[in-house]
Amino acid sequence: MAPISRGFRGRRRRDVDPSRLPPGQYVVNDFPVLSAGPTPNVALDGWSFTIDGAVDERRSWGWEELLALPSETVTVDIHCVTKWSKLGTAWTGVSLDVLLEEVETSAEFVTARSEGGYTSNLPLADVTGGQAWIAYRFDGEALEPEHGGPARLLVPHLYFWKSAKWIRGLTLMDEDEPGFWESLGYHNYGDPWREQRYWSD
Amino acid sequence: MCTVVDVREETPRARTIVLDVPGWPDHLAGQHVDVRLTADDGYQAQRSYSIASPPGSAGLALTVEQIDDGEVSPYLTDELRVGDSFELRGPIGGYFTWNVRDGGPLLLVAGGSGLVPLMAMVRHRRQEASDIDTRLLVSVGSREDVLYQAELAEAPRQGVACHYTLTRHWDAQWAGWTRRVDAEMIGAVGPGPEERPLIFVCGPTPFVEHVADLLVALGHEAARVRTERFGPTGG
Repeated sequence: MAPISRGFRGRRRRDVDPSRLPPGQYVVNDFPVLSAGPTPNVALDGWSFTIDGAVDERRSWGWEELLALPSETVTVDIHCVTKWSKLGTAWTGVSLDVLLEEVETSAEFVTARSEGGYTSNLPLADVTGGQAWIAYRFDGEALEPEHGGPARLLVPHLYFWKSAKWIRGLTLMDEDEPGFWESLGYHNYGDPWREQRYWSD
Repeated sequence: MCTVVDVREETPRARTIVLDVPGWPDHLAGQHVDVRLTADDGYQAQRSYSIASPPGSAGLALTVEQIDDGEVSPYLTDELRVGDSFELRGPIGGYFTWNVRDGGPLLLVAGGSGLVPLMAMVRHRRQEASDIDTRLLVSVGSREDVLYQAELAEAPRQGVACHYTLTRHWDAQWAGWTRRVDAEMIGAVGPGPEERPLIFVCGPTPFVEHVADLLVALGHEAARVRTERFGPTGG
């Protein structure tokens, strides 16, 4: 039992279904922004998304090629390690199942690579089976640069730093390798329901 | 667990809480902590707060600004008193940090209470008696919103060039800038991109977005601009 904070009552929201809120999270209506540096200004000319690493052959898609692939619109809850959750967010993008179908691999891990050098690592099993997308629209509009536009990874079942903004590719790996925040003290996996925030969790 | 050993008013809306944290492993300037509060019915709320004290100091200092409609910050700024305890976790964050060994020159740009982690850097520099070229630019609504005023008044004597801009209210005596941060202001504060400063920008999201964009447009390397954004939510 946690110690009581004298005089603290809190303001729990009655309109939120508690079964949708992982421990330690609170619901926001706006959309906070967290990034380690300036927002990159990504030109669509010359933009590409590449799958490389432990694959039979690397595959690349240009912007128009990505948009030409079958897309899905999904409505999901997202959970940031800084404790906010945003419920019922609507994203449009291409399922990673569609993209990964184009390569042969026996790799078990993925490093997501972003414009500017940001990386995040995930098990391959967490970005397949209808669990991850390259998202380029949010709420029906083009994804804003500060939220990762033109395109970001979307892996809603993990803390949102795993959903790398300004995504440019995936490197498939036989061995797991910590990404940017994972090397700086954040949990290697990041399951919000198990509150895997930091290394020791 | 930690225990409050002192509280100090900083501005009408912000106060510094000094904590005794048994077993604190020390921290780097720029890191933050997670605060967890528990109501008597078991309800919990967690938020992150920047550390204001430099590494190696006796008490751990957090400066908390009250957010209208906030859930946790009004408790910390109004209710909490000396002797109270709460759960605390940290230090957290390994990127928005600075140590004198990282060198300089250093450019620190604060929007409002974004000054808190930057002040830990200024204090660390002072404790280490460092002469690293350091420039601080603070943007606030009005003069009374500037945190740590007495201490910052002394900072130029320790070699920290301090600049202020007021964006909402000022009087006839005010000699500083009276507009939002722009390219000319950043140029005047310096150092220029050719000196390759390490740059730390902290403040509300729109402020950080704006300043970081200006810095990159002025030719500063994106990789040398570290940012910490906070939103209106969070309380």
